[in-house]
Amino acid sequence: MKSALRATGLKPPPKHAPKRLATTGDVVKLQRLMTHILVRPLTKDDGLQPTWIDGRPMTEVADEFIKPNDRLTAFDRLQLYNRMYWFRLIDIMHDDNPGLRAVLGDRKFTRLVEAYIAKYPSRSFTLRNLCERLPQFIREEPEWTAPHTALALAVTRFEWAQTVAFDGEQRPVLSPAAIARTPPGRLRLSLQPYVSLLALDFPVDDYVTAVKQRDALRTAASNTVDRARKLTRIKRVTKPRRRRIYVAVHRLENRLYYKRLERPAFLMLQAIAAGQALGAAVTAGGRRVKPEQVSGWFTSWMGLGWLCPRK
Amino acid sequence: MPANSFNGQTDYGIGIGLRVPHYAHILEKKPVVDWFEIISENFMVDGGRPLQVLDQIMEQYRVVQHGVSMYFGSADKPDRAHLKKLKALVKRTKTPWLSDHLCWGSVDGTYTHDLLPMPYTFASARRTAEKIRQIRDYLEVPICVENVSSYAEYHVSEMTEWEFLTEVVERADCGILLDVNNIYVSAKNHDFNPYDYLNGVPHHRVGQMHVAGHTKFEKYILDTHDHPVLDPVWQLYAHATKLCGVTATLLEWDDKIPSFQEVHDEALKANEYIDGAKAAKAPPKK
Repeated sequence: MKSALRATGLKPPPKHAPKRLATTGDVVKLQRLMTHILVRPLTKDDGLQPTWIDGRPMTEVADEFIKPNDRLTAFDRLQLYNRMYWFRLIDIMHDDNPGLRAVLGDRKFTRLVEAYIAKYPSRSFTLRNLCERLPQFIREEPEWTAPHTALALAVTRFEWAQTVAFDGEQRPVLSPAAIARTPPGRLRLSLQPYVSLLALDFPVDDYVTAVKQRDALRTAASNTVDRARKLTRIKRVTKPRRRRIYVAVHRLENRLYYKRLERPAFLMLQAIAAGQALGAAVTAGGRRVKPEQVSGWFTSWMGLGWLCPRK
Repeated sequence: MPANSFNGQTDYGIGIGLRVPHYAHILEKKPVVDWFEIISENFMVDGGRPLQVLDQIMEQYRVVQHGVSMYFGSADKPDRAHLKKLKALVKRTKTPWLSDHLCWGSVDGTYTHDLLPMPYTFASARRTAEKIRQIRDYLEVPICVENVSSYAEYHVSEMTEWEFLTEVVERADCGILLDVNNIYVSAKNHDFNPYDYLNGVPHHRVGQMHVAGHTKFEKYILDTHDHPVLDPVWQLYAHATKLCGVTATLLEWDDKIPSFQEVHDEALKANEYIDGAKAAKAPPKK
């Protein structure tokens, strides 16, 4: 119980709702109790759990602090908020993770999301960050995604990188003149914060693209008269086979892109992102890399606006 | 009120919410709209398309910020990082006023992302008013607090919702974003007369109004923002306009969003009720 609470960030609820609100402490108690109730997972029938954590009937707990009316009990009223909490967050994660949904199927995906939100409720004012700890959760509790945990993890990392690429910070781009002015041994660059470098065990860039195209076709077909015929024509997206890829998820002119990278290029960019001086970063690519390759890669990265001065 | 210190002495007309499905239409066709309300949180980001779109919109239109996560009523202290991002956006948009809800939604740094009803007590009114003052002082922009729709009430409450709203805004010396649809929804859910609510709030503090659609269920009403505005809500709006004067008004349509034109046409229906309220001084409804 204590470790579960630590993960949620919530302090333990009071044993009973305060009978009056005289102090800020009383307000905190009331809000903490209600929050604990709202974030409790729903029953299989999408209802408020009938028993509270101390074994009392939930009806008794609800009656302590919520007024009933002639149509709804206190329990019913809390249940409305409990449902809205879960439905809202599941909807957001549903929309943000089409690839993961395709890997797991809708039912398994929903079970994963429920377990994830129960352990890691939102700690941010914005729903944009809701999926931030999902890769960590999949590593910690692989049973929710088994037997596809490795693929699910790769897809989740890729989909979170898209969120970062969509609205992450863009710093001023480093100019070729600034690079030319500084000796390579002293030049420290940085990677734009919106660029994510991913070494993945599956080609999930192609997979997620195919899933999105399929979903778009389904939406279009569902709006047509001959819906059934068109839907049968839409191909299933098969899960990818294990294959190592290196990919940068980024944006260009505010559109999302994925760029496959050769391993030495990936290692160089990783070294740059880690703050290594340019000379050391080039060395990180390995001995087999030819100077013309390095030159070509840097030209491309500069053109994409990926490199910026280190803060 | 047409222009007051709570809406930055502006006299905005009828606006609609800026929503993603309408971006292309607005940027291409540049329709005439008095103003757009933006959800602050959608633009409290570090870069990318949201800010690009916002800048393009601001080249053509007036925008006002409306927040959903400040949680004036949460016992937690205001989050510094949140406030800093919000202030950066306030500077970018030059919003003449900023609104958020009279509710709570977080505790111990954990967010429900819901607009949870307040316990209507003097202690929570004092706390909430103090928090609004702190936030306004930091942001340096007038604040209007919006009444929420609710589905639950607490035993500890010591007053009606409109008395609580009045207590908070008088103590904080801030404005009111009067959501007449929320008043209607809560009135049905909690069995009070919505006209008592309208008559009971300090009208001179109303800096903006909201109208929206809702959904009726057998035992309660939900504030779904996925329908045109229902007639009883328009009637409330007309009464509110009579009491407060012609005030900046915004139609909220957030789910099952139809075409831009349909949303804008629905918003412009407010003009009929404004004209009606101007023309006739009907006796107060009971």
